[in-house]
Amino acid sequence: MQKVFLFAVLFIGVNIIQAQLKVGDIAPDFKLTNTDYQKVALSDYNDQEGVIVVFTCNHCPYAKFYEERINLLHKTYAPQKFPVVAINPNDSVKYATDGFSHMVKKGYKFPYLLDNEGVYKAYGATKTPHVFLLNNTGKGFEIAYIGAIDDSPQEASQVQVKYLEDAISSVKAGKAAQPAITKAIGCSIKPFQ
Amino acid sequence: MKRICTLLLIVGLCAFNSLKAQNVEEITIKQLLSRVNENTDTLYVVNFWATWCPPCVEELPIFAAPELNDSDRNVKVLLVSLDFKSQKEKQLLPFLEKKKIQQEVILLDERNPNDWIEQIEESWSGAIPATVVYHQNKKVFHEGEMTLPQLHELIRSINQ
Repeated sequence: MQKVFLFAVLFIGVNIIQAQLKVGDIAPDFKLTNTDYQKVALSDYNDQEGVIVVFTCNHCPYAKFYEERINLLHKTYAPQKFPVVAINPNDSVKYATDGFSHMVKKGYKFPYLLDNEGVYKAYGATKTPHVFLLNNTGKGFEIAYIGAIDDSPQEASQVQVKYLEDAISSVKAGKAAQPAITKAIGCSIKPFQ
Repeated sequence: MKRICTLLLIVGLCAFNSLKAQNVEEITIKQLLSRVNENTDTLYVVNFWATWCPPCVEELPIFAAPELNDSDRNVKVLLVSLDFKSQKEKQLLPFLEKKKIQQEVILLDERNPNDWIEQIEESWSGAIPATVVYHQNKKVFHEGEMTLPQLHELIRSINQ
């Protein structure tokens, strides 16, 4: 019996490690500490039409490039019931500026959660910034889009395609995002061990 | 006489510096791919990195291993920097000089990562560092930091 149990544990473990969310999957719930020390859960957003989940951090230059654009996304889309939830998956042992006090200093208008529970892994986030657009179907949050915010990380003024905003429009229109997955350069995540 | 000596010394130092300084070429993915897929015997070890990426910088010394930089063995390291073009003079070049990087460094001249990441490797999420080995139209890929033995293992795996 013990062996069976061990096997089951191992099996679940492997599954968690390999979990890679795909478009159409149900988004895993999370409950993490926000910069105001309150817990924020995905289920707190059940009355919204969707959620823009951004795995991001403080130290990464690509994350910095997008700070203003993420602020703007929240300002534009929160009133349209697609608010931003930012999650920092990095351990400050590796990058001091990713520590909690530095997150508080950002003063974001949206939750900025510290992921010391490996939520990034459940989502399959590998880098910062890494965006997951969730669509509230009423039966749960479905992944509608994974990837980059737009096509010009370094120069906001040179953006030609706003992947994420296009995906939000598609979801609002009841259509599939096109493209539903994009790739972007980012800083690899250095998680809590 | 002393003045002349000082002058000579300065001129000498300048000449020495300019010999040492890397001339970092800016190339597109298309140019990079055509170079590593040239039909030669050369095995290319291509590392994607940036000065702003601490794990990349930590990993850089493994690419200086003598066996990877031996033209007699037809091995060539290319360090493809994803530094920002605007910071080439201010950030990248001084870094290369300070760290005495001897391998060829090239600066990627691309705007939209979504256009080129998959041309390098479909499974690559875009996190750096990442390393690709090319040899005679074959390639093997590794995402994340590596040790020198892991890099050797990756190189061996290309012919298996």
